[in-house]
Amino acid sequence: MADVWVFCQEAGGEPTSLGLELLTKARELGDVTALYLGSGSDAAFATLGDYGVSRVYHFDPGDELASGPVAAAIADLVEEHRPDLLVFGQGYDDRDIAGRLAARLGLSVLSNAVDVAIDGAVTTRHEIFGGSQIATATVEGDGPYVVLVRPKSFPAEPAGGPPPSVTSVELPDVGAAKARVTGSHVEEREGPQLEDAAVVVAGGRGLGNPEAFELVERVAKTLGAATGATRAIVDAGWVPYAKQVGQTGKTVKPDVYIACGISGAMQHLVGMKDSKTIIAINKDPEAPIFSVADLGIVGDVHKVLPKLAEALEARAGG
Amino acid sequence: MQVVVCAKQIPDPATPYELEPDTHLLVRPTEQILDDTDRYGVEMGLQLAQASEGTVTLVSMGPAGNMQGIRQALAMGADKAVIVDDPSLRGSDALTTARVLAEVIKREGFDLVIAGTESTDGYSGVVPQMVAELLGVPALTYATAVTAGDGSVTIHRQTAAGYDIVEADLPAVVSVTAGVVEPRYPTFKGIMEAKKKPVETLSVSDLGLEPDIRQKVVSVEPAPERQAGEIVEDDGEAYLRIVELLEKVKVI
Repeated sequence: MADVWVFCQEAGGEPTSLGLELLTKARELGDVTALYLGSGSDAAFATLGDYGVSRVYHFDPGDELASGPVAAAIADLVEEHRPDLLVFGQGYDDRDIAGRLAARLGLSVLSNAVDVAIDGAVTTRHEIFGGSQIATATVEGDGPYVVLVRPKSFPAEPAGGPPPSVTSVELPDVGAAKARVTGSHVEEREGPQLEDAAVVVAGGRGLGNPEAFELVERVAKTLGAATGATRAIVDAGWVPYAKQVGQTGKTVKPDVYIACGISGAMQHLVGMKDSKTIIAINKDPEAPIFSVADLGIVGDVHKVLPKLAEALEARAGG
Repeated sequence: MQVVVCAKQIPDPATPYELEPDTHLLVRPTEQILDDTDRYGVEMGLQLAQASEGTVTLVSMGPAGNMQGIRQALAMGADKAVIVDDPSLRGSDALTTARVLAEVIKREGFDLVIAGTESTDGYSGVVPQMVAELLGVPALTYATAVTAGDGSVTIHRQTAAGYDIVEADLPAVVSVTAGVVEPRYPTFKGIMEAKKKPVETLSVSDLGLEPDIRQKVVSVEPAPERQAGEIVEDDGEAYLRIVELLEKVKVI
């Protein structure tokens, strides 16, 4: 049995769905240890046990930026126990900790994997060129191997299991590499959480101006949907960063994804192309978004969206 | 403040990317452009350096080619550039890249290193963090706003729910998201001056490094094609098709 360590972060007192996806996959690969970042609680640890974790290393950096001290602490544990494989998600803290850890120990990192196997050596699969091609990669030489997996690559399914043994790990003083988190800002949102919504209505540069995002919000409201956005309009300041779908940003896999004025840059496609049903509205018939759409409307979002919103509102009212 | 900006030359994303059939490595033409992501890093670096009468040094790795991408960044206002171009770095993984960049940054000296969160052509997304670890400094990542001065730096760090405010003493590494600042366009004067600015080209042996690239792409195959959908031209009634489909998949 391979010794597999999985990084799992806490949000709202529970392990994140990304962490649970990785644990579900890791059970197939070997004996699973969780590297748990957060306050920690019996309930959270019990959830980890339910996902097949036998042992937990728990890290709580408080108001210190996690990456420096947590990477240093994990590095010490890796040196001591030599696991075969370390799996992280392609998340913010995941990337920071995995990057620092790998540099500290001189390990090669395989990023953006959508699948991972270990049979002595590690093999990963990666979607490249907006998901049109699949690359298979490996690392030569001995492990431990470090792999970063994209969110929503695997389903999260509990296996049933007893509470794991938990070791609280003391974090080292990293001196000059220290940083402090002095505040936290949560962006307000209406409707469901983007990552977990059954329906997502998203807007892009084709909306023309920030005010037109209201059309996206209006359609989303009638469908009980979350709103999403491309990097272009997030960078332009039209909508908050938390709405960004794509390579940097969130990966979504809803039942229905409605892309409004989105051309379908590679950066965006990787974040949404696995949605069950994709509807795209765009003026340009050549837009790459149409290559992944189940229904593509070649037309002006400013004309189509108001009519769609009215029709949906009429149904909801009637 | 002595600012180092990591910048990468990449094949123009507007042209289709190609892989070499044997190695599966990206084909890199002589003329590569500055990664758009790095324009934000360069602008941020220029603003912070100008506020403190400091300097901006570009550090880059990869085939130098005709240096168009580097000249773009110099034309924006960076003072000088160091590029490491060596055939033994072909197919470099994130760790090798970070080791090379960190070595150059150490030689140049720095108060603040700025990098994009990830490159547009490779997007491993871990190089800035690795550089920070190798330099023994904090990595303040995914910055959507940056202020620096008086020996410290503060950023807004993008999170899943919004942002955190993170601060650290200098020296430090900051990775910025596109949108952190509005990049300037090079002026004619800037473009002319860029031609005279110092650009140093180094090999790995100049840095005393021996690349050990352990990562390999073993195969590339086409992804299973998604079944082609239906494309309709809006005649004023196309919204009805959307309503129909939403009914069919039982969303309404």
